[in-house]
Amino acid sequence: MTALDTPVMDFEVRDGVDRETIEAVHAMSGKYKYGWETDIEMDYAPKGLSEDIVRLISGKNEEPEWMLDWRLAAYRRWVRMVEPRWAMLNYPEIDYQDQYYYAKPKSMDVKPKSLDDVDPKLLATYAKLGIPLKEQMLLAGVEGDAEPRKVAVDAVFDSVSVGTTFKAELAKAGVIFCSMSEAIREHPELVQKYIGSVVPPSDNFFATLNCAVFSDGSFVYIPEGTRCPMELSTYFRINAENTGQFERTLIIAEKGSYVSYLEGCTAPKRDTNQLHAAVVEIVFLEDAEVKYSTVQNWYPGDENGKGGIYNFVTKRADCRGDRAKVMWTQVETGSAITWKYPSCILRGEASQGEFYSIAIANNMQQADTGTKMIHLGKNTKSRIVSKGISAGRAQNTYRGLVSMHPKATNSRNYTQCDSLLIGDRCGAHTVPYIEVKNNSSRVEHEATTSKVDDDQLFYCRSRGMNEEEAVALVVNGFVKDVLQTLPMEFAMEAQALVAISLEGSVG
Amino acid sequence: MALPQPKLDKLAALTAGLALPKSGWAAPARADAMSRLAAMGLPDKRDEYWRYTDPTPLTTAVAPFAAVFDAGDETPLFDAIDRVKLVFVDGIFDAAASDDLTLSGIEIDLLSRVAALDIHWARDSYGVLECRGQLPVARPLAALNTAFATEGVLIRVSAKVTKPVALIYLHKSDGSDVKLHHCIKVEQGAQLSLLENGPAAARFNSVLEVDVADGARFHHIRAQGRDHARHAATHIFARLGNGSAFKSFTLTANGALTRNEAVIDLDGDDAAAHVAGAAVGDGQFLHDDTVFITHTGQRCESRQVFKKVLKNGAVGVFQGKILVKQGAQKTDGYQISQSLMLDDDSQFLAKPELEIYADDVKCSHGSTSGAIDDTALFYLRSRGVPLKDAQSLLVLAFLAEAISEIEDDAIAEDIRLRLDGWLSRHGR
Repeated sequence: MTALDTPVMDFEVRDGVDRETIEAVHAMSGKYKYGWETDIEMDYAPKGLSEDIVRLISGKNEEPEWMLDWRLAAYRRWVRMVEPRWAMLNYPEIDYQDQYYYAKPKSMDVKPKSLDDVDPKLLATYAKLGIPLKEQMLLAGVEGDAEPRKVAVDAVFDSVSVGTTFKAELAKAGVIFCSMSEAIREHPELVQKYIGSVVPPSDNFFATLNCAVFSDGSFVYIPEGTRCPMELSTYFRINAENTGQFERTLIIAEKGSYVSYLEGCTAPKRDTNQLHAAVVEIVFLEDAEVKYSTVQNWYPGDENGKGGIYNFVTKRADCRGDRAKVMWTQVETGSAITWKYPSCILRGEASQGEFYSIAIANNMQQADTGTKMIHLGKNTKSRIVSKGISAGRAQNTYRGLVSMHPKATNSRNYTQCDSLLIGDRCGAHTVPYIEVKNNSSRVEHEATTSKVDDDQLFYCRSRGMNEEEAVALVVNGFVKDVLQTLPMEFAMEAQALVAISLEGSVG
Repeated sequence: MALPQPKLDKLAALTAGLALPKSGWAAPARADAMSRLAAMGLPDKRDEYWRYTDPTPLTTAVAPFAAVFDAGDETPLFDAIDRVKLVFVDGIFDAAASDDLTLSGIEIDLLSRVAALDIHWARDSYGVLECRGQLPVARPLAALNTAFATEGVLIRVSAKVTKPVALIYLHKSDGSDVKLHHCIKVEQGAQLSLLENGPAAARFNSVLEVDVADGARFHHIRAQGRDHARHAATHIFARLGNGSAFKSFTLTANGALTRNEAVIDLDGDDAAAHVAGAAVGDGQFLHDDTVFITHTGQRCESRQVFKKVLKNGAVGVFQGKILVKQGAQKTDGYQISQSLMLDDDSQFLAKPELEIYADDVKCSHGSTSGAIDDTALFYLRSRGVPLKDAQSLLVLAFLAEAISEIEDDAIAEDIRLRLDGWLSRHGR
């Protein structure tokens, strides 16, 4: 062991070393940083899952009848479904009756009228996570800019949304950004039209479960021709024990609109596994562009695989108009189990889908993640860049589908999947499915697997870096292609996370 | 786990008309295979490794008819090559048409001729690699073959044999349903080339088990028959010892359904396995290459090169996997699967997988699909090459990487001529 034993700040930056990289690594040193919990009084629904629980969740959110019926139909379907086991994931059977499906801070009983009324404990929680809910510029990384960038935040705490910032300013532009529960009450016509239209309640086991019990999430509506004036973000925090989080996000981008949406997540350290089954639906029309970035940093469990979040997520974007464009970027560093395949349905002519992913699995983590690019329209384009890193005893799988339908003529796909192994007890796997049904489209798939190059490490070490710094530098180089696609604030955080997640994997 | 009733029914329907062949030494292996099959059931489209190929025609009780292909005045493949010839007509050995099987350094027996013996060297080989190859993915048709195969060759090689052994499969009856099971043991430092040629039957199920001992070499070249309506499921199970080499090339032209499985275990250190295939199909054609390569030993090299040319609704399937076990350090794995689609109706479905549990490895795979490059075509035409010739040239160039896996120049030339013949027959 090298770096772990040395005091955190006891280092010198030498020539040829990217100072920023090393600082970022050290600044974020220490194990999982977000493992603390907020001591707050909670209101739980009874443990277990039944029609009554579904009714209760719907009731708590003051939902209209159609929403409850929709949930109940999904629940009845879910009961008959079988949990999928095709992923390269190994975990004990989940007892769906041994979970809480609804938990909300007691202080949220009376809906706060503005952020000023929100329980200071909750505000402090987000401040500690680096997500100030006061309407101010967001991240330290942009301080000193002439005009600081604003980011609107929807903060979700267990089952409820605590608050959403910059709502008034966004409303001026015609943008609706609020919690899902609020959208169901305030904009039922939009929700009813689009919810489940991309990920239907029959989609898959976890999505169906989500349809039945989702408690909150974010809702975004960007009107025609509008460029959203600021970045939107949602921050998910699981706090309560034995509680599953089931959020549902719906983004609607009308013709010619643009939005960049960020998502972050953390949870406290616990010995037991917690369930997270989310659904994200994006609908976008002609010439619309959506950029969706995620930094997933749920608690990954300890070195021996105890605890951690089971993360089963269904994310899908439906390009309904011509020339629409979606870009998924994800940095997956947390969770004990990750099961996640953000997908693009490229229906409109010349629509584009892009997927950039960094998945890091260390210790006993298991990740099975990738994307689906379904080309239905002519001249559609997609690009997949996936970087998987395995360390410790972790297993990391890329699973993806590229499908060119007969009518998707002159379409194009390029896929690149690279895996990096650190240590001889981990695994890296690639499972791509390629289905081409016309000849004018071109599909290219490339994948490589390698270890951290000894020569590169030796070079870094000869320049005076210790082993962990050297590995962090090489790994940062490996994932650079993807990091560059992230919004700047996220890129900083992600870069640091990459280093942190691999801590203890060498030496 | 008990099989669901429909699976049981299908298996019962298929095996009802079959009797376990009388065999002394092979009886336990056949009984084992039968119980394996009973536990697995026959494949169907819901099985992960049959998602792109519907196995129904391979599992019906009665084989679908297939008319015999008329090759016209074309010279049979490998005719000019000095070889030891074994001829099978609809799966039955034709001694009169075959050569004398005595050759120094090699022992050749026919399964049907030695079946009555109680002791035979093949007792320790028959069904062994097939059984090992059932994990982690079940291959029920191979177990079916081990249980019910009526004929096959048993070859034991103890020296470097230069003359290739050629198996010629003639197809004369349009309803024949044939299962052949070959066992080959290439002993330490020995060497053998095996040629296979012909359609064999209307429905053909074959298993080839090859044990390549330390320092031994095995070279396999196969050309599958051109009957348009034939169905075939072939399996190669190979185990490679230290420093050994295994090379296999398959040419497939025509055939309603061809499923070629290769299951190769690089068991020893420093071994090399190359598996290649060129497939050309026009119309009613489904070609499926399913390859599973396991790296157990250290410093081994594996190479998979599969090329498919498709037109008029032909379907090409590739499912390839490189599995690198923990401890199989310094592995070099390479896999490429490509398809060239000559028109808009064809399909290419691929699942190239990597599963890696060792860190000091170099593994890569690539898969592409597309049409003939217009720029290349334009260039050739601008140089005065007629359109059809230019297309042929580009198709052959596309297939060249796979054909280059054949070491023997004369054999490679034969394969090229066969492809040329196919291209001129199928009008491009």
